[in-house]
Amino acid sequence: MTTHQPASPPQQKAIPLWRDERAIKWTAQIVSGVIIIGLLFWIGINFIEGANQRGMTLNFKFLGDPAGFPISDPVLPYDPSMSFGYAFIVGLVKTILVSVLGIFFATIIGIIVGIARLSSNWLVNKLALLYIEFNRNIPLLVLLFLFYFAVFNQLPSVKESLTIGNSLVLNSRGIYLAWPRLTATGIIWIVVIFLSVILAAVAYIQLQKREIDTGKATYYLPISLAILLVGPVFSLLLLRGSPFNWDVPVLEGFNYSGGMRLTPEFAALLVGLSIYTAAFIAEVVRAGILSVSKGQREAANALGLSSFQVLNLVIFPQALRVIIPPLISQYLNLTKNSSLAFFIGYQEVFSVGKIAINQAGRAIPVFILVMLVYLALSLFTSLILNWYNRRIQLVER
Amino acid sequence: MAVTETTSRPPEPPGINAWLKDNFFSSWINGIISVVSFLVLVWLFWEVLYWVFVEADWRPVIQSPVLFLFGQYPRDMLWRIGICMSLISFLVGVSWGVWGDLVRAFAITIGAVLAMFVVIPFQSVDWTPAVRGVLVANILLIYIGFIFARKIPIKSIYVTVGWLLTIGISIFVLLPGLENSEILPKIPTTLWGGLLVTLILAVGGIVLSFPIGVLLALGRRSDLPFVKGFCIAFIELIRGVPLVTILFMFSLILQVFLPAESRFDRLLRALIAITIFSAAYMAENVRGGLAAVPPGQIEAARALGLRGYQINLFIVLPQALKAVIPAIVGQFISLLKDTTLVIILGINELLGIGRAVINSDPEFIQLQLEVYLFIALIFWVFSYAMSQSSYRLESVLGVGERY
Repeated sequence: MTTHQPASPPQQKAIPLWRDERAIKWTAQIVSGVIIIGLLFWIGINFIEGANQRGMTLNFKFLGDPAGFPISDPVLPYDPSMSFGYAFIVGLVKTILVSVLGIFFATIIGIIVGIARLSSNWLVNKLALLYIEFNRNIPLLVLLFLFYFAVFNQLPSVKESLTIGNSLVLNSRGIYLAWPRLTATGIIWIVVIFLSVILAAVAYIQLQKREIDTGKATYYLPISLAILLVGPVFSLLLLRGSPFNWDVPVLEGFNYSGGMRLTPEFAALLVGLSIYTAAFIAEVVRAGILSVSKGQREAANALGLSSFQVLNLVIFPQALRVIIPPLISQYLNLTKNSSLAFFIGYQEVFSVGKIAINQAGRAIPVFILVMLVYLALSLFTSLILNWYNRRIQLVER
Repeated sequence: MAVTETTSRPPEPPGINAWLKDNFFSSWINGIISVVSFLVLVWLFWEVLYWVFVEADWRPVIQSPVLFLFGQYPRDMLWRIGICMSLISFLVGVSWGVWGDLVRAFAITIGAVLAMFVVIPFQSVDWTPAVRGVLVANILLIYIGFIFARKIPIKSIYVTVGWLLTIGISIFVLLPGLENSEILPKIPTTLWGGLLVTLILAVGGIVLSFPIGVLLALGRRSDLPFVKGFCIAFIELIRGVPLVTILFMFSLILQVFLPAESRFDRLLRALIAITIFSAAYMAENVRGGLAAVPPGQIEAARALGLRGYQINLFIVLPQALKAVIPAIVGQFISLLKDTTLVIILGINELLGIGRAVINSDPEFIQLQLEVYLFIALIFWVFSYAMSQSSYRLESVLGVGERY
């Protein structure tokens, strides 16, 4: 609020203090500062007093104490005699696991539905609309309850398991998937794949850049695809021996063993989060593609670009600019929504925190920890967002 | 000017065949996709219809309609809810008459929901003819309000005041009752439940968070460092954590934060937590609206000699708030959906009642799908109607289309 006033003639009377803008500003600064600091101080004093009265601890020493509660399906090796801090980390890992997988599936479903929503085919379009409107307008918690209590918990008992060949077994204990386990050759093979992906990406970027710079066709797409295929295929032929063994679920006694087991809680949470968030991502993708003006596509066609080039060089770079920021905030929403796992008994960071609070009355420090985890996640996300936005802005000018 | 013979006639309007070809069979692949999705759609439609009318067992829903709507609210006091509903129905009708198209979809949805409850063949002793009669009367009241507002012109500010008065009296006087009163005995909020609580939390949350959100948004733009810092810290802290943690914090830690003598009702605690959560999001919405006000407006106002608060009150806020109405409707939808989380405090809102109904009878354990789908349907109808009216608001207010 810098107002440039013209220099007043010297004979004018001095402005009274209560009309002087600088005086008003200073008073406002001081008064607001006193009020806010006073408020925080009042809360703080009440807080410490209340905590002392109730015998609550305000330090983090208990993190080293044994946790004393079990965690179902811990991803890391865990037993109740291990420390509380470690139990908390197990919860954190479970949060991250379900979030990352959820983001992966939600993005795939979301992109497919979003593009289907733009289809010129009336039926496909309306099917996508049905999907979006159904999922967006019911609470996530209702969706989770539907999947957990009404679907995964109602699956038949072990004896009457639903099976699809040897590869998929569904019963009330969970979902068993046939899973490829790597052998020694498999590890080498994975390394080769990894290297060829990097090589292909470098070739793609460099050759594409050269094509744009010089105008000569470098056939970047076929070349990079060839690199991507040749490495893994040749190494597979040279190595001989299967890169992985299928680990198949087998009925042993009263239960299935082998394969990849997903608990009903995890499956319900993953399916619910992915399906729900995918509806929002579909809208983001649709809005992004629609934001690229029609003239861009027409101009690209007029220049004689192939339809792949139109998408790759003209539409996507511009659509991504609109898509990425809301997409990342959807990812953050999904991560925060994973705290609803508590309601269906999947023990992630919030649930672990809640058990610890109920058991030991260390409400405040545990709570600060949980909040810090989520705050760190959202801070991390907004850092990425800001970085991306800055990069985009540079491109623009 | 004579019509020349060479003028060709305009092309024939595309027939059904052309429409089919354009939309379904423009290419081979498209044709295959069309056939597959048609089959999927028919199969889905058939399966759903068959399940709803033949296979599903709707007993848990049909036997306890009053529970789903109002929870344990004393049955001989239901007339109080009836009065609140009638007032609101009438106001919905009046708003429809005054604001026209903006409210129409919403008013029709309310009527449809009421009609749905009249038509569904509930089998319960609570579901008396009187209850049915009140629901029918409410549908009529919407229409009467509409005709009333059409006949007698009413200023929209009076309608707004009417809404605020009705909501305030309903939530704070009629429903909870008064101490030592013969006619309106106190009804503890532990007995409230169902859709009633869901709507109270959502409407109360959005109404209460509005002024706080506006203040926070203005504070964020302030050039007082303390105020600005406080507002930014508050908004980012609340937006950074999930609603469950805030609700849980209020159920547990609020007691420690406040002086020992202040004790809060459970529902009130949930309402405060939801208000605080919603205020942070409201502030960001309003900030978007504030940023959309062109700086020339502020400069012009300053040139006219208006003071700081006058500029905000008469120039900036009216324009900013008009631009954010659709965003606020969107926020209301997500708040309505988020109210389900209050079951962590043991409050039986719609979803909590659903759980209680399922656990009330061992036979119902197998009927969870029916109960949760019924609840999903209620949420869906409300949110869908709101989102449709939000699209309409966007086009009527011309948000994003100016300049």
